[in-house]
Amino acid sequence: MNPQGRGLALFLRTFTAIVLVFLMAPIVVVFPLSFSSGELLTLPTPGYSLRWYDDFFSSSKWLLATRNSFVVGIATAILATTLGTLAALGIFLGRFRGKAFIVALMSTPMVVPVVVTAIAMYFAFSFVGLNNTLTGLVVAHTVLSVPYVLITVLATLQTFDRNLLKAAATLGAPPHVAFRRVLLPLIAPGVATGALFAFATSFDELVVAIFVAGPQQFTLPRQMYAGLREFLSPTIASAAVLLIVCSLALLAANEYFRARGKARTAAADPAEPN
Amino acid sequence: MAISRNNLLAAGLIAPLFVVVVASFIVPLLVTLYTAIGNPEVRQTLPLTTGALRDWNGEGLPPEAAFAAVIAELAQAQEGQAIGQLSRRLNFEQTGLRTLLLKTARAKETLAAPYRESLVALDTRWGDTELWQLLKRNTGTLTPLFLLRSLDLTLTPAGSVAQAPKEDAVFLPLFARTFVISFWVTVLCVVIGYPVAYTLSTLSQRAANIGMALVLVPFWTSILVRTTAWFILLQREGPVNALLRGLSIVDEPVTMIFTRFAVYVAMVHVLLPFVVLPLYSVMKGLDPVYLRAAASLGAPPWQRFLRVYLPMTMPGVAAGGLMVFMLSVGFYITPALVGGPNDQMVSYFIAFFTNQTINWGMAAALACLLLLMTGILVGVARLVVPGFRLGSVSP
Repeated sequence: MNPQGRGLALFLRTFTAIVLVFLMAPIVVVFPLSFSSGELLTLPTPGYSLRWYDDFFSSSKWLLATRNSFVVGIATAILATTLGTLAALGIFLGRFRGKAFIVALMSTPMVVPVVVTAIAMYFAFSFVGLNNTLTGLVVAHTVLSVPYVLITVLATLQTFDRNLLKAAATLGAPPHVAFRRVLLPLIAPGVATGALFAFATSFDELVVAIFVAGPQQFTLPRQMYAGLREFLSPTIASAAVLLIVCSLALLAANEYFRARGKARTAAADPAEPN
Repeated sequence: MAISRNNLLAAGLIAPLFVVVVASFIVPLLVTLYTAIGNPEVRQTLPLTTGALRDWNGEGLPPEAAFAAVIAELAQAQEGQAIGQLSRRLNFEQTGLRTLLLKTARAKETLAAPYRESLVALDTRWGDTELWQLLKRNTGTLTPLFLLRSLDLTLTPAGSVAQAPKEDAVFLPLFARTFVISFWVTVLCVVIGYPVAYTLSTLSQRAANIGMALVLVPFWTSILVRTTAWFILLQREGPVNALLRGLSIVDEPVTMIFTRFAVYVAMVHVLLPFVVLPLYSVMKGLDPVYLRAAASLGAPPWQRFLRVYLPMTMPGVAAGGLMVFMLSVGFYITPALVGGPNDQMVSYFIAFFTNQTINWGMAAALACLLLLMTGILVGVARLVVPGFRLGSVSP
């Protein structure tokens, strides 16, 4: 490489390092702020303490929000994963035209701006009494997260070899046994990834919650948003840290399932790496 | 032809999700569309007046029956909640009608036959042909008013389309602002993201993995948390100002929060991974043989970049850029938290009309236009990027 090229490479690496710092810095900075012993969100902190975590875990509002977030997130994950996986199987097994249309229709919630989805649900829910209920929030989050399940499971099914089902049938397995013992174990990592996406979508979702949830259904993001608009207390920083930790756990779980999925398909089908 | 057993099973598997998506997504969108053009208030609250106005030709004043009906029905509406909705709706049509309707509803006891004369005596506006034309127009099931207003147009009392008065003509500038902000966010994301993705794709696998992790962690962190972080960082007494003063770059704290600058910083931060991730995978999958071929044919580095590398990575640029633009256009939380009043986008006003002024028609009309814009963008994306799908950018 000539000196000019080396200079360019150095410049690009420096630039990339700066951008990566820009991407990570806000997330990292929240950590020391949340452990501050002071009343203000300033750096350097006057000292370190756990008082704002104490504040978080002794506040009925934050505890209710935490509980709601997990209840809604888990219910959404179960519902979206079940519906999404069944539909993906239907699309995979069926032999009919218009599959692309069905996938596109089910995926529209990903394309529509979330505010539009939020007020649409708010208007419609006002007729059926689903506003200010956890059920309404679960339904809304299910619709928002189901495309991720559908797409990940469909992608996993692409790598599934239909001959395996024929083989199972030849060996005398009835369809439901072939489904449970052959198909399901092979697509399990994809289903798990879909479930993680669904949980993460619900857990981070704010805009629909602003419209559909009342104070009794406030989730963690909704409570944080309310807090930000009232008074900027370091408790918000500690809530942010807890959310970041949850996101990291979900990311780690996702990478784990992805690696396992790769290993599985590689083991099941070594001849065709795609 | 009989449906095969296989397809019957498939239909049964797809049906539950189909029902849920239609019932709780497609139907709500249709409800929103109806809310944008529906006009139920006058018909529901003033049915007799509606009937009395049906045969009126719109010239002079309507028959005595219309005056009698409007007095009786407004008074009746006041006992329920309907008067609030009706007066809000008509006041949106013409400012001042709210007070007129409430005043008339309260005055029922003092009004006696002949009703036309006593109503005009109560308020001369009841003697205006234009007011009655406006009422008659709103006895229809549908109204174009909200959609027209979203485009800074309005209806004259006679029912023709006209430019909205200056103080109401806020929406075209709002759409323009939404586009300008989204455009610059997209440009910034592409200009910053391209060299980053390129550099990451040239690193050793180990280093690239670490680099990608530093892109994925923010990507997985919720938008609210990242916006909150910027909200804290950019405060007047916040860490960024402390750093700038510590380095003696500025003497006085700089106002960054609630400015356009803060909106750009936070939005680029949120959306940058959406460009880096697809670009990285495109660049990683690029066969270096083309670049070598170009080099062996004597192309200097900049030509190799401009005529080989850039065209081959263009699908990634288009996919990431369109994705960022599409997401930007619908942004709500980030500008609402770190921007000032002049940095809010369409979504903010949709929320504002829904929650603050309870003008659902206006909220729905803006939502429909935003939806239309997104639809056009998706169409463009499909034309420009073969196989474009929003899910393609998921990690």
